[in-house]
Amino acid sequence: MTAVPAPAVSTDRRRLTVHETAIGDRIYEIVTTACALVVPALVIAIAIAIFAGAWPAFSKLGLSIVTSSDWDVRAGRFGAAPAIFGTLVSSALALIIATPLAIGVAIFLSEFSPTWLRQPIGFLVDLLAAVPSVVYGLWGIFVLVPLLREQVMPFLRDRLHLGATPFFSGPAYGPSMLAAGVILAIMALPYISAVSREVLMAVPRSQREAALALGATRWEMIRDAVIPYAKSGIIGGIMLGLGRALGETMAVTMVIGNRAEISASLFAPGYTMASLIANQFSEATSDLHQSALLAVGAILFVITLIVNAVARWLVWQVSRDRAV
Amino acid sequence: MKALKLAVFVLFAAACAKEGSNSSTASSTSSSSGSVDLTGAGATFPYPIYSKWFDEYAKLTGVKINYQSIGSGGGIRQLSEGTVDFGASDSPMSDAELAKAKFGPILHIPTVLGAVVITYNIPALSAPLQLTPQAIADIFAGKITKWNDARIASLNPAAPLPSSDILVVHRSDGSGTTYIFTDYLSTAAPSWKSIGKGKEVNWPAGLGAKGNEGVAGQVKQTPGAIGYVELAYAKQNKLPTAAVKNKAGKFITPSVTAVTAAAAGVAKTLPANTDFRISVVDAPGPDAYPISSFTWIIAYQHQSDAGKGKKLVDFLNWALTKGEPEAPSLDYAPLPSEMIPGVRARVAAIDFAGAK
Repeated sequence: MTAVPAPAVSTDRRRLTVHETAIGDRIYEIVTTACALVVPALVIAIAIAIFAGAWPAFSKLGLSIVTSSDWDVRAGRFGAAPAIFGTLVSSALALIIATPLAIGVAIFLSEFSPTWLRQPIGFLVDLLAAVPSVVYGLWGIFVLVPLLREQVMPFLRDRLHLGATPFFSGPAYGPSMLAAGVILAIMALPYISAVSREVLMAVPRSQREAALALGATRWEMIRDAVIPYAKSGIIGGIMLGLGRALGETMAVTMVIGNRAEISASLFAPGYTMASLIANQFSEATSDLHQSALLAVGAILFVITLIVNAVARWLVWQVSRDRAV
Repeated sequence: MKALKLAVFVLFAAACAKEGSNSSTASSTSSSSGSVDLTGAGATFPYPIYSKWFDEYAKLTGVKINYQSIGSGGGIRQLSEGTVDFGASDSPMSDAELAKAKFGPILHIPTVLGAVVITYNIPALSAPLQLTPQAIADIFAGKITKWNDARIASLNPAAPLPSSDILVVHRSDGSGTTYIFTDYLSTAAPSWKSIGKGKEVNWPAGLGAKGNEGVAGQVKQTPGAIGYVELAYAKQNKLPTAAVKNKAGKFITPSVTAVTAAAAGVAKTLPANTDFRISVVDAPGPDAYPISSFTWIIAYQHQSDAGKGKKLVDFLNWALTKGEPEAPSLDYAPLPSEMIPGVRARVAAIDFAGAK
């Protein structure tokens, strides 16, 4: 980056503007501006539509839609607390499982993998993102849930004696918060690992060489020189995975058990906001019911916004630290 | 900075890819071809037989009918708003819903009958499980929790019932199937009244699964599970089904003829001026399968478009005469023949007086 070529570029551009493609440039500018404006306009329009639809429920039910656990369609009581709880817990569980795995994959691919292995493994991990969620759901019903019920849950509860804690107690039916967390982890993993891999690979060679020159082992080099450099990107990847987990509907609906109850046990069935909407919207005939479902959508929208805001803040925080 | 830029780019690319895949799945549902004469929307349950009827009717008369199986709730909503020419529902519209319709009175035209069957997973059992309405209510309310409970064992003295837990599987999505099942339990088992009937109810026990396939899949996967699915779905997938004790005291295994028998039993008692918003659960008659119900096409009595109104009436008359015999081939029960004149008289009440 030197200052020398800059004037040349600007004269170039002026010459083009004046002589040849003035109209073309103008059209190009208008088209790209329109593209850039359409997307935010769409987001705002969606938000307005959801909140307008949700307003009757918010004004009639007030805070009870967030705090109450009583979702009784016939009685007109709509408390979405179990669904909000389920969304947060299943997504958190997904991140707890997926993050170490995904970062492990990314570190292996960027630091240790022989070149011939890098492409196929990276491709296969990325492929996880391309599998339709209903396919994950089917796999969940026919493979994951029986595996959890017959092997994993009894192992956790009886062999590891985790049944004594409230988190792994109760009967193991299979469809459960745990099943939802595992499915979501698999779905979030490729997002986290793809982003982490790219940012790790983008860490300059000089960074690694400097650490090694100071006598660092390979592990110390990765821990102290590579990961801090890539931290903001990795956090961005984790937040992208979280966004995926929060909004996922189909696969979760198929394995979570759809029971509107708040339970400490991961073996117990649960519910998520997205599942609640997907399950009930098509048959919601009363206005309040429909509005309550839109209100749940609005809450999910707000939670997603908060997650994105936090992600941006974290990324900003981390990159600022590094700059100092 | 380069790393961050790259991360942002990857985030953006992944977001685009995700949106792309979402929109492609959404657009596939709303395809229509050529000119369409009538549009309808509603129940998913009768969709296979309706689409067969529409297909044959189009070949016969050239009248094209576009039907979207978006669910009974959506059908009622769209008809109320007047965005479709007719709707379809698995549960009759309530008086409150009828009052909200924008274009006057709505008529209910029963088309075929469906039934809900109890399916279960007890590997040791060879003969069908026999259940009374009270036993079914107690199982689904979580009051009977073991398969060898005396309240089940006394109904099945010869059956090798296991001592394992019962896992109840119900529908998680709002569904006409749930409506029929809970309508039956509230009618036939007094203790169910506190839970009530509806397309979705507050289940005291068990797991929720989406769709017939979700419930059937869950039951198949879990030894000791019990659930309810539509008759047609159970027959096509050869699921084990329970024999249910009917009002006459006989245990009836679900079948198309037993469902039509239930409607016939109720049809005899219908008043002449019925609006056909009637329930046939727990029907009288020795051969009636008790968990049965009509499914309806719903339409405005006063059609605003004479051309469309006439086409709709013609189609309904064709369906009630030529369409009915085809129902059993898709595991739907046809209306009992003694009901047809009454239903056709109801179709004849559709008029185009206000039409331009």
